Amino acid sequence: MAGKTLFDKIWDAHVVEAVPDGPQVLYIDRHLIHEVTSPQAFAGLEKRGIPLFRPQQTIATADHNVPTKNQHLPINDPLSKSQVDALIANCARHGVELYGLGHPNQGIVHVIGPELGITQPGMTIVCGDSHTSTHGAFGCIAFGIGTSEVEQVFSTQCILQTRPKTMRIKVNGSLAEGVGAKDIILYIIAQISTSGGTGYFVEFAGSAIESLSMEGRMTVCNMSIELGARGGMIAPDETTFAYMQGRDFAPKGEEWAKNMAFWKTLYTDEDAVFDKEINFAAADIEPMITYGTNPAMGVGVSQPLPVANGDPSFAKALDYMQFAEGQPILDQEVDFVFIGSCTNSRIEDLREVAALVKGRKKAANITAWIVPGSKRVEEQAKEEGLDKILAEAGFELREPGCSACLAMNEDKIPAGKYCVSTSNRNFEGRQGPGSRTLLASPATAAVAAITGKITDVRKFLN
Amino acid sequence: MEAFTTLISTAAPLPLENVDTDQVIPARFLKATTRAGFGDNLFRDWRYHADGTMKEDFVLNKVKGAAILLAGKNFGCGSSREHAAWALYDYGFRVVVSSFFADIFKNNALNNGLLPVQVSDGFLQKLFAAVAADPQQKIKIDLENQQIAIVGRDEAEGFAINAYKKHCLLNGLDDIDFLISKKDAIEKFERRALA
Ligand code: SF4
Repeated sequence: MAGKTLFDKIWDAHVVEAVPDGPQVLYIDRHLIHEVTSPQAFAGLEKRGIPLFRPQQTIATADHNVPTKNQHLPINDPLSKSQVDALIANCARHGVELYGLGHPNQGIVHVIGPELGITQPGMTIVCGDSHTSTHGAFGCIAFGIGTSEVEQVFSTQCILQTRPKTMRIKVNGSLAEGVGAKDIILYIIAQISTSGGTGYFVEFAGSAIESLSMEGRMTVCNMSIELGARGGMIAPDETTFAYMQGRDFAPKGEEWAKNMAFWKTLYTDEDAVFDKEINFAAADIEPMITYGTNPAMGVGVSQPLPVANGDPSFAKALDYMQFAEGQPILDQEVDFVFIGSCTNSRIEDLREVAALVKGRKKAANITAWIVPGSKRVEEQAKEEGLDKILAEAGFELREPGCSACLAMNEDKIPAGKYCVSTSNRNFEGRQGPGSRTLLASPATAAVAAITGKITDVRKFLN
Repeated sequence: MEAFTTLISTAAPLPLENVDTDQVIPARFLKATTRAGFGDNLFRDWRYHADGTMKEDFVLNKVKGAAILLAGKNFGCGSSREHAAWALYDYGFRVVVSSFFADIFKNNALNNGLLPVQVSDGFLQKLFAAVAADPQQKIKIDLENQQIAIVGRDEAEGFAINAYKKHCLLNGLDDIDFLISKKDAIEKFERRALA
């Protein structure tokens, strides 16, 4: 019998029952919720008159809709406030632990799960948010779900799912200086398109992936959804275990040893067969930037933009961005720099930005926001004095939340303005109606803030 | 959930690829705590100018009463927001036809009685052409026989759907009732797996 992939091992261990010629009943270990996609599911539960099945396996935070200034004051926007209030009331009524505003564990749902040790190898994790794929960096099956599915998990701790196909994407070799995890994933998406992974669950592997820190692995898995994939994952190894050790909810003592024995079985067997395999060479990757209105519309910073070839969707995107086909992207002037989101708002990202901007000043034309992924990241940044370095460079360090990643709160990029953003989506209006987003790594964003335009970070390093 | 059997309707054509759910319903309209009323803001920024006036040339401002949306490849990519399916349904759509759907959108649609019909690229082009030639052209979707047809012409194509989901849609059943009926098996699983 052929061996199993990492995905198969975890999936198979969680199937309660398979519906003949249909989906499978999949058991969920951890359910993360937030204010935007949960209220209708709580309402559904109450309409059925049933309790939340496993409240202890449910963790809530307020992130999508929260202000990133003055979080100690009541929320101004009445609609945002009512959504956050609904979360507070629903969690209280159903016995769910809530890390709401003011709580030291509050933050973006995909930042706090790993940082608190809630996210562990071998688990199944879901959340009503597509970037749940982030947690796959720990060698678990984690994916985003819709609100009806949130209600399924509330009701039964299970979800009905069709088993996805498996794909392995290997990135081999070592990365050039100035090239990081974000560039890897933007490169992969540009190569295989936003639907290249649809129907698949992706395992990332290869020496370039293995050499990444946990933060970097999270960035890669985070954007696997931008390939259309159901999720992404990376086999746990010493880097994973070292990151987890001592975290609040990570197992301790004897439990740790017991878990370690299990975690070490979580890898793809040599003879396992994937439905699809793709290989890339790390050496081919340069710092990436997107120029269009979906995450696959990306190029290396030194490259010219492609030519439309009469494709109306492509032409519409360039028109929206006010770019010309074939133009260089380097030296393109921008207005905003946003460093944040569940893709790149962890402490490592803030350190990288601080190191690049230390002793320098942002360009006069730039507004630079840096929004930490969680209260803990914010605290840590202050402890390390990063806040001062960033303030001296003219960056505004805000309080944790999704912020300008999706602009549900006040943090909006004005219409027509260009923003270099470390987030994951450059859709029309994603950062505010009419806003124009260029996705990039924290390093590329940091140097854009200093120069006021798209800059090759490699030149900056020399 | 409402049952779906057969639908005959005109169609609204949106021949763009990679339509993401941020376009279907922008994030700033996700602040409601109920499922109702999202149709008003369906395709908000394509349908209306910033000052709230209509963009005359957007398809939904020209074509009224269509229960079928025809869309380009990779419809529904991006955010997992189920609000996108609610908005389409609330507006009056019952079917979205495309040559490719994003995964989460497809699930969300099926969970809300909105049928995603995946056709070949070639057939999608035929549909766009037929509707462009005659905006009153009716399209028929027959779920039982898994067939989509251009009414009055000899043009039809079969489409695939998971047998379980088909059964749910034809009978208006939802997944939660099904899962609740499995509670014993779930508890047994917990005792075994989490022991
Ligand atoms: S930071 Fe952006 S992508 Fe991440 S959970 Fe928040 S809104 Fe979603």
